[in-house]
Amino acid sequence: MSERNQAVGGSGDQTTKPEASNSLYEVRKKLHVRSITGAFTNWRWILVWVTQIIFYGTPWLVWNDRQAVLLHLTERKFYIFGWVFWPQDVFYLAILLIISAYGLFFFTAVAGRLWCGYACPQTVYTEIFMWIEEKIEGDHNKRRKLAEAPLDGAKFAKRATKFGAWALLSLWTGFTFVAYFSPLDELLQSATTFSFGGWEIFWILFYGAFTFVFAGIMREQVCKYMCPYARFQGVMFDPDTLVITYDEERGEPRGNRKKGVDPRSVGKGDCVDCGICVQVCPTGIDIRKGLQYECIGCAACIDACDQVMDRMNYPRGLIRYSTENAVKKHWGMKEILAHVARPRTLIYGGVLVAICLGLFIGLATRLDLRVDVIRDRASLGQELSDGSIENVFRLQIMNMVEHQRSISIAVSGIEGIRIEGETKLEMPPAGTQSVNVQVRVPASAAAPGSHPIMFSVSVIGDEAVVVEEKSTFILPL
Amino acid sequence: MADFVSGFWNVYVMGLVALSLLFCLFILLSNNKRQTGPVELHGHVWDENLAEYNNPLPRWWLYLFWITLIFGVVYLVMYPGFGNKPGVLGWTSVGQYQVEQARAAERYGPIFAKYSQMDVAAVAADPDAEGMGQRLFLTYCSQCHGSAATGARGFPNLTDKVWHWGGEPEAISATIVGGRMGVMTPFGAVLGGEGVKDVTHYVRSLSNLAHDSLRSQRGAELFAQNCTACHGADAKGNPMLGAPDLTDDYWLWGSSEASITETVTNGRMNQMPAFGEFLGEDKVHLLTAYIWGLSNKQGK
Repeated sequence: MSERNQAVGGSGDQTTKPEASNSLYEVRKKLHVRSITGAFTNWRWILVWVTQIIFYGTPWLVWNDRQAVLLHLTERKFYIFGWVFWPQDVFYLAILLIISAYGLFFFTAVAGRLWCGYACPQTVYTEIFMWIEEKIEGDHNKRRKLAEAPLDGAKFAKRATKFGAWALLSLWTGFTFVAYFSPLDELLQSATTFSFGGWEIFWILFYGAFTFVFAGIMREQVCKYMCPYARFQGVMFDPDTLVITYDEERGEPRGNRKKGVDPRSVGKGDCVDCGICVQVCPTGIDIRKGLQYECIGCAACIDACDQVMDRMNYPRGLIRYSTENAVKKHWGMKEILAHVARPRTLIYGGVLVAICLGLFIGLATRLDLRVDVIRDRASLGQELSDGSIENVFRLQIMNMVEHQRSISIAVSGIEGIRIEGETKLEMPPAGTQSVNVQVRVPASAAAPGSHPIMFSVSVIGDEAVVVEEKSTFILPL
Repeated sequence: MADFVSGFWNVYVMGLVALSLLFCLFILLSNNKRQTGPVELHGHVWDENLAEYNNPLPRWWLYLFWITLIFGVVYLVMYPGFGNKPGVLGWTSVGQYQVEQARAAERYGPIFAKYSQMDVAAVAADPDAEGMGQRLFLTYCSQCHGSAATGARGFPNLTDKVWHWGGEPEAISATIVGGRMGVMTPFGAVLGGEGVKDVTHYVRSLSNLAHDSLRSQRGAELFAQNCTACHGADAKGNPMLGAPDLTDDYWLWGSSEASITETVTNGRMNQMPAFGEFLGEDKVHLLTAYIWGLSNKQGK
């Protein structure tokens, strides 16, 4: 990989096409990103820890003697803590996705690509992989030298160690991913004897391989060329959106100067042109050229510049979160905050709150007993020897909770209507049962034709749970 | 199809397919030439300053076109699609169906076969077999007999003790395997309107339904002349012919005067389709046990 990837200088312009070949195809330049510390980097690391503790930890949680979160594909049941979701509940999944989308819209409108910069798995895993890389191969300068060096024993050892560490983490990530869909205890048992099912091993390797390739090899290219969100988030921006901004008025004209010299006295701005903001950029752009679509909003350049400003005894914030309007009109934090509430954010926020509320109410009032009534289609009404009329129905009953329940079935709608045979039923925990119900009305109880009736299925001992389902009773001519 | 479509159309389709592929190839090759040189613009400008580069396709995109082209050729060689050429793999949809059938038979066959050696009473007593039998019944039989097997007008109730063709396991099995054709011949022309009425009243008297005793007496004579061949002198029916017992209170087509008049005048035609070949012995055995069990199990 080293021949094709040219090293990038500190402040070199990385978008020029190579002159020699005159090719219209741009050759990717391997970035050796300089690591940085600072307030925003700390935030990113906090989110790395939070998201990854949740991701790696959740499958290990236990609830009601089972895995707390298990999207059990073969059983077609999603266990999420106290809830058991059935395929019929796919509605809630749709709501969840809509909430995610509106969350993205809202936060992007307020403060740009917050998701990309702090919480997106691509960013999070790249951060982790770069940390491993730095521990094994050294800082950005050492890494560049290593990339340029011929392949010898030492280089091979370092590369092998790095790829090995990445591969282990990737496999663990793939394993964890699969543990959300296939019970963890069974997976662990399979792991000891290496007897995974075909799909399990496929998804472990698939997800692992993508983690490895995306976070280790492709990195910023995923954001620049592959990610659809990266491209459409720009649509949510407006002049009041907080984005990472270089204060051109204050910084220019850039150039180096001695420490302690007043830049204005030598005709310069505050930018010392050290190029560290470019070196720390994970997508390899120069923020001083203004807002660019490649910028994932990670704020590494803010941390870098603040350090330099501190060293130069200049005020912080030459590169900072600011808005287009704020820079133009010299607003302070107060005015920026005052412009957070504007029609765009209020609408996004309002819809977001409304849908969240809807989801909450939906979950709180969700019935955990479901009934489908299917009447026999071919045989409508049937006359019995005593002149009474019988209709046959099939009731598909779903007990959506994880304990056994007794239920009773009743029917109403026509005078004298009754169910022949057993009306009480034992429902297995989180199981379904379909029963034949023979419904009868006495002779000449109603006129020939179709009459609406109502089945009501209730849980014995829990009067709050009653499901009513409409159907029709047909009396023949 | 060969009777309706001349061989010309195969050649026509092959020509179209080959030309399309060649055209795609030509487009790909002609657009792949410019890889070096100065950056060019298309020349059109939108929104004051928005111009479009005339750059070659990204390589991954170009490769996708190549892959689809190669895939298309390979597919046409291997599978049917190029005119009437069958493809070197010899794949057919019928063949795939048969393979899947065989696979299903191999997988599920033993489950059914397990019960084929047991006698009907033993299978009926087995709760697993009952579940399987019920599922078979719901799939193949419930359309006519209802999901509770209680039948409908013209379709017999299978849960009671009344059997037109016999209720022993062997008879039930024979009914499923070979089907039944129950025919009540029309007697309207033979008996005349009054005669039909008389017979109707007699038949209703047999099961103690309201009737005119005078008509019933006349009907008894007509019955003896015309109906006993199938229904028997005692009107108890004949399971060899599927002729129903007229003395019980079960009426396949209804007991009302109007319904019986209709039956006698115009006759009835009942057909139970044959399922033997379609279901196979093992499934028929399970179904027999399930249906026999509906009216013969303990407590029923």
